[in-house]
Amino acid sequence: MTVPILQARSLAKSFHAIGGDLPAVAQMSFSVSPGEFLCIVGPSGCGKTTLLQMLAGLSPPSAGDVLLDGKTLAEPQRDISVVFQKPNLMPWRTVLENVLLPMQIFGLPYRRAEEKARLMLDKVGLEQFVDAYPNALSGGMEQRVAIARALVQNPRILLLDEPFGSLDALTREKLNLELLKLWRDQNITAVMVTHNIREAALMADRVLVLSPRPASISAEIPVNLPRPRVEDIEYTKAFTDLTFTIRKEIRD
Amino acid sequence: MTETTPENRFVKVKQSWLRKQSLGLLTLPVGITLFVGLWYLVTRLGNYPSFILPDPGSVFGEMKTIALNGLLWFHVKATLTEMAGGLALGLFGATLLGYILAKSPLLERLLGPYIVASQSVPAVAIAPLLIIWFGTGKVSKVLVCALVVFFPILVNTIVGIRSVDEGLKTMLRSLNASKWQTFIRLEIPAALPVLLGGLKIGVTLSVIGAVVGEFVGADRGLGYLINLAKGLFNTPLMFAALIVLTAISLSLYLAITGLEKWLLAWRT
Ligand SMILES: Nc1ncnc2c1ncn2[C@@H]1O[C@H](COP(=O)(O)OP(=O)(O)OP(=O)(O)O)[C@@H](O)[C@H]1O
Ligand SMILES: [Mg+2]
Repeated sequence: MTVPILQARSLAKSFHAIGGDLPAVAQMSFSVSPGEFLCIVGPSGCGKTTLLQMLAGLSPPSAGDVLLDGKTLAEPQRDISVVFQKPNLMPWRTVLENVLLPMQIFGLPYRRAEEKARLMLDKVGLEQFVDAYPNALSGGMEQRVAIARALVQNPRILLLDEPFGSLDALTREKLNLELLKLWRDQNITAVMVTHNIREAALMADRVLVLSPRPASISAEIPVNLPRPRVEDIEYTKAFTDLTFTIRKEIRD
Repeated sequence: MTETTPENRFVKVKQSWLRKQSLGLLTLPVGITLFVGLWYLVTRLGNYPSFILPDPGSVFGEMKTIALNGLLWFHVKATLTEMAGGLALGLFGATLLGYILAKSPLLERLLGPYIVASQSVPAVAIAPLLIIWFGTGKVSKVLVCALVVFFPILVNTIVGIRSVDEGLKTMLRSLNASKWQTFIRLEIPAALPVLLGGLKIGVTLSVIGAVVGEFVGADRGLGYLINLAKGLFNTPLMFAALIVLTAISLSLYLAITGLEKWLLAWRT
């Protein structure tokens, strides 16, 4: 058993609502190993975003804690990057300038930063659009920029909150495979939240199934499909068996 | 090949923007020529006494006279100075207070009613008081100007800062950005469209503020010149002053619009 890179210990979060406290995440404990691709699947509104925000250090837990390399996480870390449900691009910045943002915040020299940003944009296939503004991009391209921005600072952990949720099925599949390639090339650990079962089965080394709100882990399913994953894998029996198992766990 | 479409759109948008610009540059001189022509016709056909409606010729003659003897520049300079001072003061105060109120709903609730109430008193009514307190010199006009400009800029600043996208704020938080970095990299650019809108209104209002101040008590400025012309029954002079005043407002407005187009080019 390897030492976990990221760990949730009895993590819980409730929001103060008018009619009393509203529990969103209840008592979750799990570990993520270095280099793993973990998918967290749960029904809509069960508390997935809330969980991810705690893992990112963006919102303090009501109880329990998150450990990064065994140390309690109190605020966002440079080692952890987040790709949100929305692309969250700055409309007044070009594609290149959007990808430069993290490095400007961290105070990297401009020349070095630009070099890295261009390299990253090449990797996500946007080299022709470096000077375009976000309003000239399609949804899939916007999310590619968001991924480039998240990876440009060489994080060790990438947290993804349904990054492709608003894309059409074909674009989504394409970006799924592109993301897998980046994950492997950059040698990072990924935690992706989704409510799409096929997506989870395609990407993950392990799938955590969440209960309806308040979210808690209702099943843990290892994925033993061979890597590198290709589109055709979705038509194998092992894949359909896996999606069936996940679906059954969600229903129960 | 679907991926080239956005780029084509990008280029096309830029071209149509250029065309719109050249069209805009043409409309102004054409409009002015039409207006002067119409004015000339009316005075010609109506045969009004110059005291009621002077013809363009005598007005431009008057303008030339005061331009040559330095009187025009003397008054324009006074008005421009007051406007610049008032605008700077109002802009600074309103932006600062607006930012603080936008960040603190509690303060806004406490101060909001007083700020709104203060707006129900017209500047013309306060101007005499300011003249008593600060004299008939520059200071009282600068203050009238600042007061007039203050409110719209304040409101726009609050709206602008409040409208900053939550998703972008969270994204910056995930990068552990400092307050200052968030201000510079997010809040200012995000609020800029609304801030510039406030500035556009403010600039036009600052002309009004300066003239109102000069009406109430002054020995120079375009507002003073209009008052003087009224006393002398010199309507051509009054027209000349009015035209210069309009030209000042218009050029400032166009300057801000140009600045806006340049700063917000990404929106096209
Ligand atoms: N800031 C907040 N204040 C109050 N309640 C909140 C807040 N954020 C989330 N909630 C509530 O917590 C619950 C879980 O929300 P969350 O966004 O984590 O769900 P989700 O699984 O990400 O949903 P989706 O699939 O729609 O993205 C919801 O009932 C939501 O109303
Ligand atoms: Mg969510």
